[in-house]
Amino acid sequence: MKSRFSAVIPGSAAPDAAAPVTQRNVPNRGGPANPSAADLQNRFGSAIKRVDVIWGETIVYVDPAAVKEIIQWLHDDPAQRYDYLSDVTAVEYRDLERLLEVVWHVRSLPYRRFLRIKAELRKDRPLEVDSVWSIYKGADWLERECYDMFGIKFKGHPDLRRILMWEQYREGYPLRKDFPLRGRFSRAEQLRQALSANPEARYSMEELSIAEAFEDLPEDMRNRLRGGERTGE
Amino acid sequence: MGLTARSDTRIVTHDPESHESWLTTTLDTLVNWSRKNSLWPMPFGTACCAIEFMATAASRFDLARFGMERMSFSPRQADVLICAGRVPFKLAPVIRMIWQQMPQPKWCISMGACASSGGMFDNYAVVQGIDTIIPVDVYVPGCPPRPEGLIYGIRMLQEKITNERMADKLIRDEMEPNSGSGLYIPAAAIDELSEPFGNSVHQTRSGL
Repeated sequence: MKSRFSAVIPGSAAPDAAAPVTQRNVPNRGGPANPSAADLQNRFGSAIKRVDVIWGETIVYVDPAAVKEIIQWLHDDPAQRYDYLSDVTAVEYRDLERLLEVVWHVRSLPYRRFLRIKAELRKDRPLEVDSVWSIYKGADWLERECYDMFGIKFKGHPDLRRILMWEQYREGYPLRKDFPLRGRFSRAEQLRQALSANPEARYSMEELSIAEAFEDLPEDMRNRLRGGERTGE
Repeated sequence: MGLTARSDTRIVTHDPESHESWLTTTLDTLVNWSRKNSLWPMPFGTACCAIEFMATAASRFDLARFGMERMSFSPRQADVLICAGRVPFKLAPVIRMIWQQMPQPKWCISMGACASSGGMFDNYAVVQGIDTIIPVDVYVPGCPPRPEGLIYGIRMLQEKITNERMADKLIRDEMEPNSGSGLYIPAAAIDELSEPFGNSVHQTRSGL
């Protein structure tokens, strides 16, 4: 991977725009939408399900199958330049009829725009959506957390494992509404499983050796990893 | 033969005129006195209780008054483990390893509601009281406890140490976890300890 770093000056792509101010008296619903929403509707048509403006923030509901294509376009198009992915998360509602939503928060620093993209997934189908890791490397841990807490599989993610709960965790996905607050197992069983883990094996060089960053590691560390050295095993 | 003194007999004499100061006491009293006034704490701070613990160690409340100013960040040189804050299941093997690395004699203070009982975090991620993992000597209530509260707990621990007897071998026994389950105490006891007050076991807000 070739690294490309260049300074981004906020608002540099829209020099004529007024300086950003704190909005007052923002309506709950309605108000001016982010112009990117109209661009998305022109570009992708039926893949854009609907556009809401809530508290002044624009929410675009998109077809789950087209998520990656849409975010790629938002990232690459010179008139959008959404260069910063601030969050990937999911929402499950207490209303069981409502679909599970996966949420992406993207920000365009050059245009000073913020866009919330939501894709609705049916709960009776496998929870799968495309990973945006190939566009934003920062999506790596965000998607792992979303997988850990909701069980949503991000297709194309290089290393989709649990990140907050330990990897041997077998009770399910804690933030799902059908997950009991205290977990599924008895306290003694939870403790037994937790204590059976070796605390020193958790942050192992194994993780480093399979990571994308392997080639960027110092030479001596790479040699030690190639020689089979591992910690805490 | 019988009239000469045995060679291994030593006669101790005391001459008050020599101005040596000395006193008599029991060995227990002497050992316990020195132990209780030089407790080196191993701080295991995971949450807001650790902030109060730092305040206790700082100049206003000044743990140095109790011989505790030397924080032992290595468990190998620590006497008392002060668990300040909630312990998630992911940290359970860590705190047990720290406890096992501490040499005898050792004591444990569970500081705050979360360390003692899980506190408000009656959920899937938090250990319901560190006494399900390691033996605890003193529980300090509070959320978080004020420094006075922690000092009161430390004074209670000192009182407990004062009453220890070296002849009592049991108090220095290292508790070994059950080889099968890896737990110190029976599973049923852990389930009972973890039970909250009132029946909130089946409370889920989704109604499922």
